[in-house]
Amino acid sequence: MNSIKAFDISKKYNQITALEHISFQVDEGEIFGFIGPDGAGKTTLFRILTTLVLPDAGHGSVCGYDIVKDYKKIRQIVGYMPGKFSLYQDLSVEENLAFFASVFGVSVHNNYHLISDIYSHIEPFKERRAGKLSGGMKQKLALCCALIHKPKVLFLDEPTTGIDAVSRKEFWNLLKGLKNEHITILVSTPYMDEASLCDNVALIQDGKIMKTAPPNAIISGFDKKLFAIRAQSAYHLISELEKHPACHAVYPFGQELHFVTMNENLNTDAIKKYLEEKKHTDVEIKLADITIEDCFMDLMNK
Amino acid sequence: MKSTEKVIVVKDLVKDFGSFRANNHLTFEVYKGEVFGFLGANGAGKTTAIKVLCGLLKPTSGYVKVAGYDVYSQSNSIKAAIGYMSQKFTLYEDLTVYENITFYAGIYGLKFKEIKQKSLALIYKLGLEAHTHKLIKDLPLGWRQKLAFSIAIIHNPEIVFLDEPTSGVDPITRRQFWKMIYEAADRGITVFVTTHYMDEAEYCDRISVMSEGCIVALDTPYELKKKYGARSLNEVFLELVRTKQSI
Repeated sequence: MNSIKAFDISKKYNQITALEHISFQVDEGEIFGFIGPDGAGKTTLFRILTTLVLPDAGHGSVCGYDIVKDYKKIRQIVGYMPGKFSLYQDLSVEENLAFFASVFGVSVHNNYHLISDIYSHIEPFKERRAGKLSGGMKQKLALCCALIHKPKVLFLDEPTTGIDAVSRKEFWNLLKGLKNEHITILVSTPYMDEASLCDNVALIQDGKIMKTAPPNAIISGFDKKLFAIRAQSAYHLISELEKHPACHAVYPFGQELHFVTMNENLNTDAIKKYLEEKKHTDVEIKLADITIEDCFMDLMNK
Repeated sequence: MKSTEKVIVVKDLVKDFGSFRANNHLTFEVYKGEVFGFLGANGAGKTTAIKVLCGLLKPTSGYVKVAGYDVYSQSNSIKAAIGYMSQKFTLYEDLTVYENITFYAGIYGLKFKEIKQKSLALIYKLGLEAHTHKLIKDLPLGWRQKLAFSIAIIHNPEIVFLDEPTSGVDPITRRQFWKMIYEAADRGITVFVTTHYMDEAEYCDRISVMSEGCIVALDTPYELKKKYGARSLNEVFLELVRTKQSI
């Protein structure tokens, strides 16, 4: 069953196009990721689906309710965690939680099982003001507050932006745990490596969805050959590789360079020979594991 | 190593806020023209250390010299010798591209003639000719970040501090940004950078990792991976920070 449906949604702010013909569907209990940089339109889309902003064109529904007509119903059944920390900075951790529960007319006690895993991380600091928490802890508290009324659908707008790698990993483990509660999760992130943690992803750039598919299908859809290359001088290596006749793209990728080519017949030996003729020593070269980030950059260039 | 000339020297830096120790005996050095990655978990004390290095906060104790100046007595000289940009504060949104450049160049004490000439050169280099008189808020984030970085080094500082400069920027623009970082380092500008993208940490000459107010590791990416038997710096980071961190 579809939890969320969006059909041909567009939105402009004055001259600036925020969203252009956005269509997608999310099944119940699924983790669906919107992967894209700042300014891609992720926040606008989340605001439209949570009934905070009206679309200029197109229509959509959340759990069968229309995002324009049935806005009151939708607000009762969704949890929304905005990108900017939105809790009350001067209230303590437990006061924030009690406040959000009371707004939705539920008790913290009755729904505690939903948040117990997450809340246990911040409970030692329950008397601390929310504004004094570290980044990772703030996000955990915000997630608890968005969950306390047992929403059917959870909207998480960049919950891990600016959060360190350890806290990011923990946060995703907590989201996986929520799958058992059959809560549908729509999550956005600028970190490409988080795509693999979703059931389905939409790659979004400049207000348009470039591709929607399960992460492994996006990777297997990469239609070019990709090499990972290392040598002594990475900086000069790039400019040499850019001049290679079969070069489609070359860019740094972690400790290596990724070299993309449309030439199916190009092999590691040929590239190695080419670089050694250019006086590069210690060249290490192999076929690379394709990542979502490679696919994203390839789609951006289309 | 590109150079043995030290532009940042920190010995036993301690910074307390009341009973809370944000920086607990930090000791490290940064060399001229180096790209130095300053990593750590949220709340580990990175921002405090950067504020001390920029001359914005006085240390509780310890020896800190930046660009040859002492942080206790010469903080104004430090401010003139460095550049700074962050993801949060970059440019004035209600000023145009040209106004932002000339404003900062003026603040950094460039002469009138120099300002005009450098502003035009910068606009040309970034390919922003058609956008010279556009407001910053109408520019895409990636362009803004590239412009902010160029402005932060317009006065040819000894060191530029970059606090999560590429956060939220698309993958292609992030790489263009790093190319600019390399160019600056090649010109002898030392780059001191924080990031949460672990693949970017791989691009640094050396990195330090902070946890709970202390530096728990400092070396080249290659040596750190070797030491921890890890395939990527992400693994190194998780290993180092997870063992220390409770939350």
